[in-house]
Amino acid sequence: MKRLLASLAMIFAATAATAEEVTTFTLDNGMEVVVIEDHRAPVVVHMLWYKVGSADEPVGASGVAHFLEHLLFKATDVLESGEFSATVAANGGSDNAFTSYDYTAYFQRIAADRLELMMQMESNRMNNLQMTPEDIVTERNVVLEERNQRTENSPNALAREQFTAALYQNHRYGVPIIGWKHEMEQLELEDTQAFYDLYYAPNNAVLVVAGDVEPAEVLALAEQYYGVIPAEDQLPERIRPQEPPQRAERRITYVDPRVSQPFLVRNYLAPERDPGAQEEAAALVYLAELLGGSSFTSDLGQALQFDTQTAIYTNASYGGSSLDKTTFSFAVVPADGITLSDAEAAMDQVIADFMEAAIDPARMESIRTQLRASQVYALDDVSGIARRYGAALTQSLTVEDVQAWPDVLQAVTPEDIKAVAAKVFDRNQSVTGWVVPSQEEAM
Amino acid sequence: MLRLALSLCLTIIASTARAEIDIKEVTSPGGINAWVVEEPSIPFIALEIRFRGSASLDLPGKRGATNLMTGLLEEGSGEMSAQEFQTAREGLAASYGFRAFDDTLSISAQFLTENKAEALALLRQALVEPRFDQDALDRVRAQVLSGVASDAKNPNDIASAAFDAAAFGDHPYGSSIDGTVESVSVLTREDMFDAYRNALTRDRVFVSVVGDITAEAVGGMLDDLLGALPAEGPPLPDDVAFGLEGGITVIDYETPQSVALFGHAGLKRDDPDFFAAFVMNQVLGAGGFESRLMTEVREKRGLTYGIRSFLVPKFHAEMVFGSVASSNATIAEAIEVTRAEWARMADEGLTQEELDTAKTYLTGEYPLRFDGNAEIAKIMVGMQMIELPPQYVVNRNDYIDAVTLDDVNRVAAELLQPDDLHFVVVGKPEGLESTQ
Repeated sequence: MKRLLASLAMIFAATAATAEEVTTFTLDNGMEVVVIEDHRAPVVVHMLWYKVGSADEPVGASGVAHFLEHLLFKATDVLESGEFSATVAANGGSDNAFTSYDYTAYFQRIAADRLELMMQMESNRMNNLQMTPEDIVTERNVVLEERNQRTENSPNALAREQFTAALYQNHRYGVPIIGWKHEMEQLELEDTQAFYDLYYAPNNAVLVVAGDVEPAEVLALAEQYYGVIPAEDQLPERIRPQEPPQRAERRITYVDPRVSQPFLVRNYLAPERDPGAQEEAAALVYLAELLGGSSFTSDLGQALQFDTQTAIYTNASYGGSSLDKTTFSFAVVPADGITLSDAEAAMDQVIADFMEAAIDPARMESIRTQLRASQVYALDDVSGIARRYGAALTQSLTVEDVQAWPDVLQAVTPEDIKAVAAKVFDRNQSVTGWVVPSQEEAM
Repeated sequence: MLRLALSLCLTIIASTARAEIDIKEVTSPGGINAWVVEEPSIPFIALEIRFRGSASLDLPGKRGATNLMTGLLEEGSGEMSAQEFQTAREGLAASYGFRAFDDTLSISAQFLTENKAEALALLRQALVEPRFDQDALDRVRAQVLSGVASDAKNPNDIASAAFDAAAFGDHPYGSSIDGTVESVSVLTREDMFDAYRNALTRDRVFVSVVGDITAEAVGGMLDDLLGALPAEGPPLPDDVAFGLEGGITVIDYETPQSVALFGHAGLKRDDPDFFAAFVMNQVLGAGGFESRLMTEVREKRGLTYGIRSFLVPKFHAEMVFGSVASSNATIAEAIEVTRAEWARMADEGLTQEELDTAKTYLTGEYPLRFDGNAEIAKIMVGMQMIELPPQYVVNRNDYIDAVTLDDVNRVAAELLQPDDLHFVVVGKPEGLESTQ
């Protein structure tokens, strides 16, 4: 026990009731472990995050990260196909997994005293999956049906895919997480096996355990089940092709008869939260709120939905959680009788006016208050806290960054917001997309 | 005076976990009842309010009125315009959600301990002093109409609309609560006030509160929050029989993946066989990856990303219902397998092992639901609406455990009628035609 305790780097986030209780440590094989305590209910969320996502896929094999995620529920050396989920269910729990650009994560939510069983099974499938050619054929059809359901059957999703592909000229964020259909159809056992062998390793994983647990017990179990798995010495450094200087704006019209309501989006390339440098991202959170956070109080909402009846919906959004360059987005759904050109001009006028005018201190204070309160509300959802840490740690942030984030947000000034806005709102780094049912509507 | 009718420290026991929950029942001097769980560890409060009736109370020719009215509750009240109201709400960092459903109008609020008096006062204003200003009405109407138009081109919504219309006809369940372009376009301010007076009434209100507040304080606030509402609402609609016979309806729509909804008549929530049916459905199509439908249609054949079946005990009708989506080339096979699994379950029922596994899951999963203020508040108000007592949270797992193999298989044979299943399919399904 002494050795274990020695490797325990205790970071008690805070004692106040307005922050989560977090303990972290690192196993000898390089696996990071985060424990979040919430003793209100006898539940635990066990999540294993791999620092690999669709943006790490080999060229030509788009969709392999997500496809592999499906295959992890098939047989291992000791588990039959489907036995993992069946065992979780037989113990009253539920399980699932998700894949993003930067990470792939597996989770179970179950009675806290079943944590050891979860670790036993999850650690087993880190190295011992036994994929068969039959699994590949059947499950490939499942992921193709998933693509049909999420994307092919949805004109808005197809449009979004086109816009994202145009925004990223070199980075893999331009390729959909689920994969391009023609590449998904060609994925074979060799593709999934190679991806699994290389990336599924303890030194490429973050374990997050949240709920009615004690950190020392989690540490002991993690050592027993994950600590014995050797590190992968071939694990490549995580280098991805970055965006070149972008020199021209892109404009796309997506036409699909299944569209009923024309709308437009504008996506700008934007900086993400970086370790020790989250200030620009924090300012962008305010920028999105000020310009299009609420239909009632944001600049776009007021100008396009209240002062004039130009739009029936407006929005600005920004997600700072990303390993590489992320996106700042606007969306406008024009009112009946308003053309997309007019709606876009009105949107650009709002952006221009924002750059000229001073930011209302009352709006700043309201956003600050809401951000502070969101920390309190977030404590009610321990799974949400677990996701927040898992995502951050697989996107190069540290626990310290996660815990500093609320303070970084509170410290944002109007000058910070104007400065980052001037940097981000460069049309040469943007895609403007129109979505219409017919070419005649694209005016 | 305030009555604290009951305080029960209830322990929900499963083989896997025990959850403790102390439900206090309070009745205000004005007679409004609420369930409260005091949970001071996080400085906020979750409040859930439900009104029975909702869109089922739409007056003749006014379909969509209750839905539109509900959307307008956050668009101005008292002396405040929509923007003033939202500015005040944002300043308090409170959230209020107003939504209409078939039979339920739901209000979900969360607010901080530090400004709970102000947050409750603002919510009260929205509930008892709505303005329904013409400009707000026109603005939200345009949003609703845009949604109605989008639904008309969405395969899932096309299927739902066709299924509901065929199954429930002229009953409110037979049409979308959003209304139609024709009905919504002519709704007036007067219609909003009518819908408001009919839907928000004290005889049909249910309240639950969880968080950093005492039961006594809740008892005191109820009359202030809701006491000014009318005492009684108009009669609720009659029950309606499921009116769709077995068969297939194909709705031609140019899209690569066909969407299918299917169902037949079901059983009531208070039917003595409900728990047996509930356990049966867990094995048939409710349980994650392990259900028979998921195993046969997805895991073995790769025909879909997801297929589910549900027991749907609504207030005025009951059905067993399901959904699946598959490529136009394979949807016929997915439907064939679904019907075969329906028949296999009716004929053979469950094995003892399937029954035991389903019970272990259902009883183990139940206490895990009580894991957050907002979650607990939602569960409690849902229980109140279907007239379950607080003790139900303790007894519920006993009801599951009491289901025998004989029960479940008898109920499977009675309830599941493969020939009665009607599939509404939207897409370009190959090898599938409407039956007549």
